[in-house]
Amino acid sequence: MRYIALLMLLVAIPALAVDTEPPIPNAALQQRYELLTHQFRCLVCQNETIAESGAGLAADLRAQVRQQLIAGKTNEQIKQYMVARYGDFVLFKPPWQPNTWLLWGGPLLLLCIGALVVITVVRRKSQLVKTSPSEVNVDDLEP
Amino acid sequence: MKALLFLLPVGILVLLILLFWKGLYLNPSQVPSPLIGKPVPQFSLPGVGGTSASLTSADFKGHVSILNVWATWCIPCRDEQPELEKLAQQKVVTIYGLNYKDDADSAVQWLQSRGNPYAKDGYDPKGKVALNFGVYGVPETFVVDSYGIIRHKYIGPLTASLISTQLIPLVHELQQVSK
Amino acid sequence: MIPELGQMALVLALCLALAQSFFGLVGAQRGSGAWMATVRPAAIGQFLFTGLAFLLLVSCLLRSDFSVLYVAQNSNTELPWIYKIAAAWGAHEGSLLLWATVLALWTVVVALFSRNLPLQFVSRVLGVMGIISIGFLLFMLTTSDPFTRLLPPAQQGADLNPILQDPAMAGHPPMLYMGYVGLSVAFAFAVAALIGGKMDSTWARWARPWTIVAWLFLTLGITLGSWWSYYELGWGGWWFWDPVENASFMPWLVATALIHSLNVTEKRGMFKSWTALLAIAAFSLSLVGTFLVRSGVLISVHAFATDPRRGIFVLALIGVVVGGSLALYAWRAPKLVSEDGFSALSRETFLLLNNLFLVVVALAILLGTLYPLVLDALNLGKISVGPPYFNSIFMPLMLPLLILVGIGPYLYWKHDTLKRLLSQFKITVWIVVAASIIILVALWGRAGIATVLGVIIAGWLLLSTAMNVVMRWRRRQKVTRGIWGMTLAHLGVGVLALGIAVTSSMSVAEDTTLAPGQSTLVHGYRFTFDGTRNVRGPNYQAIEADIRITRNGKQVTVLHPQKRIYDGANSSATEADLDPGLFRDLYVAMGDPLGNGAWSMRLQYKPLVRFLWLGGLLMAFGGILAVSDRRRRATVSVPKYTDERQAVAKG
Repeated sequence: MRYIALLMLLVAIPALAVDTEPPIPNAALQQRYELLTHQFRCLVCQNETIAESGAGLAADLRAQVRQQLIAGKTNEQIKQYMVARYGDFVLFKPPWQPNTWLLWGGPLLLLCIGALVVITVVRRKSQLVKTSPSEVNVDDLEP
Repeated sequence: MKALLFLLPVGILVLLILLFWKGLYLNPSQVPSPLIGKPVPQFSLPGVGGTSASLTSADFKGHVSILNVWATWCIPCRDEQPELEKLAQQKVVTIYGLNYKDDADSAVQWLQSRGNPYAKDGYDPKGKVALNFGVYGVPETFVVDSYGIIRHKYIGPLTASLISTQLIPLVHELQQVSK
Repeated sequence: MIPELGQMALVLALCLALAQSFFGLVGAQRGSGAWMATVRPAAIGQFLFTGLAFLLLVSCLLRSDFSVLYVAQNSNTELPWIYKIAAAWGAHEGSLLLWATVLALWTVVVALFSRNLPLQFVSRVLGVMGIISIGFLLFMLTTSDPFTRLLPPAQQGADLNPILQDPAMAGHPPMLYMGYVGLSVAFAFAVAALIGGKMDSTWARWARPWTIVAWLFLTLGITLGSWWSYYELGWGGWWFWDPVENASFMPWLVATALIHSLNVTEKRGMFKSWTALLAIAAFSLSLVGTFLVRSGVLISVHAFATDPRRGIFVLALIGVVVGGSLALYAWRAPKLVSEDGFSALSRETFLLLNNLFLVVVALAILLGTLYPLVLDALNLGKISVGPPYFNSIFMPLMLPLLILVGIGPYLYWKHDTLKRLLSQFKITVWIVVAASIIILVALWGRAGIATVLGVIIAGWLLLSTAMNVVMRWRRRQKVTRGIWGMTLAHLGVGVLALGIAVTSSMSVAEDTTLAPGQSTLVHGYRFTFDGTRNVRGPNYQAIEADIRITRNGKQVTVLHPQKRIYDGANSSATEADLDPGLFRDLYVAMGDPLGNGAWSMRLQYKPLVRFLWLGGLLMAFGGILAVSDRRRRATVSVPKYTDERQAVAKG
């Protein structure tokens, strides 16, 4: 009796999400299912993906993804389905669009600026090495 | 020139502080609806129990209306309910309901004991229609114009001040446009 | 009575911190020996009172004094006593008190272990740290008092969040705070040097050990957090790029860059203004992290309070502390130039490259973390930036760095030639080529190109780092503790990289439903579900499952995952169980009951996942060795470089 009471309490409380459906028989589809469900944000437990979240909405959305995969939709189409209802917010991988150009390009831009700085500094310092006093013995490896 | 370079870190800090300051008054968890400006999704739902007729997307054409997503297990809905009643009595706008993932009997009981502000109330036990509306929590309220286009979405319970300062003016505005 | 004593202790601590700052900074400026002499005692006093306040809060928790609001909100009588103590830092007010206490602790350690430093410099350092203490003490006293009373007192307290009732989780914040707050020492050293207008290799020699100790605590704190989330949260994940994780990772990256930059400043007297900037940036990122966690500005699993007033206070603190130091930097740093040089191929260049990659990664993570906020603030849309983004930018930026780390320790300072450098790798190159072929063959078809590349590069790093020491032995060169420290830390990086490369792409997870008696095969291991039973813990009830794991017929282990319901908060938790191994973990978590005794569960095989934390431990241990190097004990100023070398050669 206590066991059943415990079970009922557990069922009522959202916890770790483990799919109760068996995996999709088609291995390729199952792989896409795992990929996609790890890319969508759960709107209820917002720091989890719908793959991990125990919320009811997450289960509904996982079921949708599964249904659409079996129906033959592409990954793009499934993403569009989600975005049409919940906006870009639902994608953990930001789409490539005008308001994310700086986001995706930023790291590369930073690297280029940094590389330029390094090149400038090294150039200047290697000029100086010819004129600076030789205070360091050349065969030195100590940190 | 070099002096400017050394001032860059301070400059960046100032921008960051301004950003964070603005951020304190935003809500990062609130999801704006991409359905604003789009027509109500096609759907057809049976009514809740015996208390209302079925609800379809066609019901949104011809007059300004609001769609209130609610459930008996939703605690903020209890606070919202009296405000909806008052709004219904003012007969300013048509109020439709969407009963989300609920038990039919509890819903009927709720409406009977607390009152029914809904002209029509759709019963969506699996949340499938709500999914098409981009519902992610309860309560949520959509404002739809007379052409059936969604114009606004309120996330969270409607309060008296929200209704009087924002909802009713918006409804009036939409009603003017359709004349 | 006791809570009020706690409040008084905080007020007294604030007064002492004010004295510490005033007499420290103004005294140093005026050159007043008498004023400067009061700074150390003031710092010690501040530590005593802040520590007292902390102990008093712990005492309220241990006695379950529910007339204190904080105790009622975060602890209850059923809680095991260890977690009553841990509740001291489980929520906003208490964790602020921990911050202030750890800061006071670092302050007093600096005060006591700085006899060999000039008084004027130490006074400035303690003065700067005092300002930060004032900030945090004021923060508590004005908006976040942990000793606020709850009258009438509650009958029973709320429960500490069940997932925090865990030893690793209890230890994680103090470890992290030792790191975050410890970076304030390097910060204070930099600001003190900027105020004094003098920064030289001696300064760098003093600053480096403090920075390494803070860094190693931060390393341990992050490692602990990752390990905890792995076994506690039930998914077998170990890093989520959650804003608060990023908030700890960014200071770590900058602190790593700082340690290497200090190396150059100490050795060659160069990169001074850059080092100062890094020191300021590292601690600033700690403060920004504090802001992000407490302001509710970002969506995060960790977020504490979301009262805008608190956010404003931290923002003001950042404005004063960081803004002030950066303004000082803009004024003083342009004068810190060195006329020395180095060739394009030299250790200096490689350390510069090290800084490039580390800082770019830190900035990229900052960009990704703040971007949704930026767009929202500018009304340009609402997006999410999650693991897919961070993973795709992190790897390409880190891999080149890992290659360079294998080369750096071989380079001479100031000037080296390609020919000589390449001659060091004659044997290494062949081993790497052979190993790469073996790796390619072993992983063919089982892993993607990114994984293969990652494994090869990690292998390169491990090999080249080890060979460095081997070659020193062969040349009968002394391997100092400093070199051991560097070697171990770099090996740690290699082990970490190897773990990440393998476990993130070659783990196998299966979601399945099992009825008692049923079993399933995961990567050669047979997991058999043998049924469940009820168990009772100190403050919870649970359903515990028996999962028997065998391989090729032989029993490997029996795992006991649980689903717990905690008494106090009526919330449930999944307690995964795992079989740890150096080369693989087996991991089981229960999902939901499905009737007739059947349960959904997630079964996982995770290769090399322990290497992640082993790598972290190695890095931290390397830091300990580096700090304990005998050279650090020098109590006289460093003689001219060539003289010291002759002295070492003679003796």
